[in-house]
Amino acid sequence: MVEAQIRFRDDEPVGDPAVTADSFGDQTNASAVRIEPGDDARALLPHLDRIRLVEVNFPGFGDGRGYSAARILREAGYAGELRAVGDVAVDQLNALRRCGFDAFAPEVPMNPADAERAFATWPDVYQPTTDGRAPIWKLRHG
Amino acid sequence: MYKYDTYDQAMVDARVAEFRDQVHRRLDGSLPEDKFRPLRLMNGLYLQLHAYMLRVAVPYGTLSSAQMRVLGDIADKYDRGYGHFTTRQNIQYNWIKLEDAPDILADLAKVEMHAIQTSGNCIRNISSDQYAGAAADELVDPRPYAELLRQWSSFHPEFSYLPRKFKIAVIASATDRAAMRLHDIGIEIVKNDKGEIGAAFYVGGGMGRTPMIAPCINAFVPLDQLVTYSEACLRVYNRYGRRDNKYKARIKILVHELGKKEYTRQVEAEFAHLLTQGIEPPLAELERIKAQFADPAFESGLTDSVDRSDPDFALWVDRNTAAHRVPGYAIVTISLKPVGGIPGDASADQIRLMADLAKEYAFDELRVTHAQNIVLAHVKKADLHALWTRLDEAGLSTANLDTIGDIIACPGLDYCSLANARSIPVAQKISERFAGREGELGEIKLKISGCINACGHHHAGHIGILGVDRKGVENYQLLLGGSEGADTSLGQITGPGFDEDGIVGAIETATGVYLANKEGEERFLDTYRRIGMAPFKEAIYG
Repeated sequence: MVEAQIRFRDDEPVGDPAVTADSFGDQTNASAVRIEPGDDARALLPHLDRIRLVEVNFPGFGDGRGYSAARILREAGYAGELRAVGDVAVDQLNALRRCGFDAFAPEVPMNPADAERAFATWPDVYQPTTDGRAPIWKLRHG
Repeated sequence: MYKYDTYDQAMVDARVAEFRDQVHRRLDGSLPEDKFRPLRLMNGLYLQLHAYMLRVAVPYGTLSSAQMRVLGDIADKYDRGYGHFTTRQNIQYNWIKLEDAPDILADLAKVEMHAIQTSGNCIRNISSDQYAGAAADELVDPRPYAELLRQWSSFHPEFSYLPRKFKIAVIASATDRAAMRLHDIGIEIVKNDKGEIGAAFYVGGGMGRTPMIAPCINAFVPLDQLVTYSEACLRVYNRYGRRDNKYKARIKILVHELGKKEYTRQVEAEFAHLLTQGIEPPLAELERIKAQFADPAFESGLTDSVDRSDPDFALWVDRNTAAHRVPGYAIVTISLKPVGGIPGDASADQIRLMADLAKEYAFDELRVTHAQNIVLAHVKKADLHALWTRLDEAGLSTANLDTIGDIIACPGLDYCSLANARSIPVAQKISERFAGREGELGEIKLKISGCINACGHHHAGHIGILGVDRKGVENYQLLLGGSEGADTSLGQITGPGFDEDGIVGAIETATGVYLANKEGEERFLDTYRRIGMAPFKEAIYG
């Protein structure tokens, strides 16, 4: 487990070590899983009821597969913690948050003031996601 | 044309503030170049051979005169007095200072413009038919659909770090003027046999080092599923597009490796899922956008006759105007390809003049074409002579649309850090060599790229030229038989390459083979397709 620098949850952080996506299905007592860019997030869907933490690793911030993984989990109703881990910086925070991440554990700690500003970048959004923000077309048409 | 509301304006203003902050952090050293690079690219800022280059988005190629005027002013204020119109219907400035970039974006935002996603591994500015809303052959105006997708693709949270860049074109005419099937996604607005309007999706086309013509993966997506279907296409690509090799990272490779059938199956499965997610804007949003592309106040009862007594003017009318769907009007293309000039370049004064002329003669609207020219889409035929006279005084009356002088060329080694060879001097030499022979040679689309990335569309040229580096010397390969229209095809290499003078001579030889073999009204491309490569090869190398 990697400690989150920023967390948008009130529940107690999961202390269990995150197991790899490959072995998660066999380890029926595991509640934390870590997925790498090449892992299929949909393979976790049968196990959502026992998952409390998903760490999504970004070995390099330019590899955007983790954004799709996050949305797929949220769209399937996953409500546990979704933690972005690795090469994550302030300039990615907003999009990550929109895709469903609610915890951030960057390998290089972020300046908290920069991070706060980053989350507030967009007054509104064009696309709906599971974060609940009303897209601009919704604001236009009710 | 589309006008921003307070939401659109707030988004662009937010981007300016965000980028100003990023540049500030770059300049104070807290944001290292390797982290800054993808961020500046997503704002259209490249670091080229000599300076930064800023590429400004012109969504679906449409501009108002006020916007065009600002483009001219930026060329004066921040560049060296000119701008370069690109094959993606955008404009780029080649001599920009990093510290000026946020101010330029702020100037652009004042006229509802930006440089959002004109580069980077994200969904790029969406291109369209430069004759949209005016063409006699179109089903509907494709731009409202492009605008709907512009909003969907702007700052998309899931698709900002794709395997590679992603280009979408939207057309609504069987006469493809936007090279639609050579895009990552090409959308053709079509009518089905029930008379309903929908979208045909062509996915996995592209040029670059592995040119591919996109297959149609869905012949009819209903209009109230357009965004959802696009999202499904992108999600499959984001998840499974190759990231191990940047030269195999475009969606064309994914579609090719999976096969059209399997890629389509995955898209359809993702689409079925996404339909449950409520991500599609209501049709009322499309209607809101459409209303802004309503026809200008065309006059009725106008004459179609044009006084052709001035032969230079008559030639320009024949070459540079196209049929408009409203009687008494014509579509005018202003060639940015003067003899010996740099394809696509215009001076600040020329840009401002075109803005003025659009206001006076063309309902305040201009288009940038992917062939690097400017279109005034709605001009009264009765005004053509007055317009031509003003263009002529400014060196903008070259009558060479779709002829050998109407060359598409990338910036090449004169500017670009990726190039292997110069493109511009070759274009200039060809333009000079063949000046005056446009009538004899007819329609020839000649396209030059200075490297294998194919920004100059050489694969799609009736005559294509590819600049390569051969043991430290610039070498030019010749391709014949490409096309980007409804009859899209990829050019074939004739054989060994040439030096700068040799390539001009080889083209002269190829045009000679055409003229010797031409039957009836055949164009160069038609003759090539009929007689094949052999006679050309024989003449060039024999």
